[in-house]
Amino acid sequence: MKLSDTQDASGVGRAPLKMNRREAVWRIALLMGGAMVGSEVLLRGQTLADTKSAPGFSPDELTLLDGIGDTIIPETQIPGAKAVQIGAFMAMMVTDCYNDQQHAVFRDGLVKIDAAANARFGHAFLQCTPGQRTDLANALDAEQRTRFSKNPKDDPVHYFRMMKELTVLGYFSSEIGCTQAVRYIEVPGAFHGDVPYKKGDPAWF
Amino acid sequence: MAEQTYDAIVVGSGISGGWAAKELTEQGLKVLMLERGENIEHITGYVNALKAPWELPHRDRITNQIREEHATMTRDGFMHEANANYWTDEKACPYVEVRPFSWFRGYHVGGRSLMWGRQSYRWNPFDYEANAKEGIAIDWPLRYEDMAPWYDHVESFAGISGSLEGLAQLPDGKFLPPMELNCVEKAVAARIKAHYADSRRMIIGRVANLTEAHNGRNNCQYRNKCDLGCPFGAYFSTQSSTLPAAVKTGNLTLRPFSIVTRLVYDKNTQKVSGVEVLDAETREVQEFKSKIVFLCASTLNSAWVLMNSATEIWPDGLGSSSGELGHNVMDHHFRVGASGDVEGFEDRYIYGRRANGFYIPRFRNIFGDKRSYTRGFGYQGSADRRGWQREVAEMGIGAPMKDALTEPGEWTIGMTAFGEVLPNHNNRVSLDKNVRDKWGLPVLAMDCDLGENERKMRVDMANDAAEMLEASGVKNVKTYDSAYSLGQGIHEMGTARMGLDPKTSVLNKHNQVWDAKNVFVTDGSCMTSTSCVNPSLTYMAMTARAAHFAVDALKRGDV
Repeated sequence: MKLSDTQDASGVGRAPLKMNRREAVWRIALLMGGAMVGSEVLLRGQTLADTKSAPGFSPDELTLLDGIGDTIIPETQIPGAKAVQIGAFMAMMVTDCYNDQQHAVFRDGLVKIDAAANARFGHAFLQCTPGQRTDLANALDAEQRTRFSKNPKDDPVHYFRMMKELTVLGYFSSEIGCTQAVRYIEVPGAFHGDVPYKKGDPAWF
Repeated sequence: MAEQTYDAIVVGSGISGGWAAKELTEQGLKVLMLERGENIEHITGYVNALKAPWELPHRDRITNQIREEHATMTRDGFMHEANANYWTDEKACPYVEVRPFSWFRGYHVGGRSLMWGRQSYRWNPFDYEANAKEGIAIDWPLRYEDMAPWYDHVESFAGISGSLEGLAQLPDGKFLPPMELNCVEKAVAARIKAHYADSRRMIIGRVANLTEAHNGRNNCQYRNKCDLGCPFGAYFSTQSSTLPAAVKTGNLTLRPFSIVTRLVYDKNTQKVSGVEVLDAETREVQEFKSKIVFLCASTLNSAWVLMNSATEIWPDGLGSSSGELGHNVMDHHFRVGASGDVEGFEDRYIYGRRANGFYIPRFRNIFGDKRSYTRGFGYQGSADRRGWQREVAEMGIGAPMKDALTEPGEWTIGMTAFGEVLPNHNNRVSLDKNVRDKWGLPVLAMDCDLGENERKMRVDMANDAAEMLEASGVKNVKTYDSAYSLGQGIHEMGTARMGLDPKTSVLNKHNQVWDAKNVFVTDGSCMTSTSCVNPSLTYMAMTARAAHFAVDALKRGDV
């Protein structure tokens, strides 16, 4: 491995200076010469943990969205999308970020996915076995990919593409996603442009 | 009122205003710095700077509410949730697009110095000579030699990291140690250097981020969240750098929520006596007086202040005698380049989030190269492994997709060209008195477009990028041109250009308004041409130079 001129040999592969946010704020306070006014503001965060409902979505619909999200990103050795309240996240994003037309397509998707489950298996999505859910979701994913590849500028996109994108976003940017599925360090403290990687090491957020 | 009289008034607190305040107060002047927006305190005002990704409710995506408040800025995919509050509410502060124009504004202490891209390059000697040599627009009233000591001055204080390259087209400066190219960028840089016999070079970006502690500020922590404000003070901003220096002198008064509506012109002295201020909160109007005024309100807003300072003597605005005020709006055109995949580095990765990329200095129309257009462009880009946002089509959904996305994807490399825009009298901004902002003030109307020279240049900007990547062994190289309209580069320049002749320029060679010599305009409005490199470092140097001239002139009794 070739080292750059600006990097000493001991710097490569060294255990990163790992710091959580509280430590980071404390360290900044030290750097700034003691107590820092406003550190409480910097530490105050918002999470989705208290989101049990979303405007315009019923508890049943949130349960269905949880089921869809958990099919797209299921529990493995690490938790799946349901563990990050993916249904409430999708509902919030659709409500706050989508335009009316996209919103309507997404909502219609909730009806369509149950209809597709009924047509294929004779019962609603949530009544499907995990295997049936995965088969159906893979079929819908193939359908949306075909449509997307034919017309990438299509707007609104297929409802299942919305659900997949929101699930991936909501999962990997969640605390579980950032700290268990991939890696995130608030204050890396250094940059190394050439470090060894072996298959299986998690990506950086 | 005695307390309303100062030696100097600085209008605006962004990169230029901050430098004016620092240089003037350090030379003993009592300075009032006026900022139209709110105060954002260093560190404690950066409310999202230390939030983890999961603490942003919409995970940094744009909401409908943000879109509503920033109708034109959100067109570009540049804004994000975490710093949306730093960008101006366009419902309160509208403007008129006669032709499409993007205007990115930050109305608060620090202005866009809080959100800027921090790429910091000196202009080269040919940049200052090009207009004269080619007979385009008017000549610059100064040369690189006039600016070089001031580039030294501002680099030494601001802290610019970069590598010494010895390139005539990108002069070296007083740099902190460079950041590091990553392993793929180094490999591509070596192949470009070999393929083009060193006539093209890929270097690490020169960036206003500290690679070591500097002037009491901490070094960069590689968080890549600069545009939220840095709690470590590790990049140059008004808050981290020039404002503390000015405050330390005891000579600075900073007044936020102060909209300067006009400069008060005195026809007897042929100077301005001060400025009129509308309090953005109370709507109270008052006057502040000073011996000199530094107008650093940002390119288009400085033009607005001058145009709104019309009198019976200057009906089109203060500084309008040449007929050039508000004209010659320029920017850097971009959103064109190429990208591709890199093979062979599957066992390599990076650590840390480097808030910088590579830079390829200009190589067109210099050193004997001759194209069908004039001037040139440089590239900014980076290489990285794809993240969880990538599409893994072959995996479908479920555990296989999840497992794949937890690992980094293939290496990719991409670059975007930034090209010079020629001055054009027909590209202009003017006052539209039929449209009013929240305070009842007339707004700017933008009427600008690219010309034939830039359109021809864009073909090379895409193809040259692809050619360099292919010559470097990059696979699946694709060019792109996402189209561009003026303002999208957020490098607005022109509107009050410097020159040698009061008949064809608004400012003289010391940034003084020809028609009122105690007014100095040192932000991007003073620019006579644009080069192809990022402009902020030049505004810093220009401001420091003018501030020293102004203090000397004051001492001599010349202004």
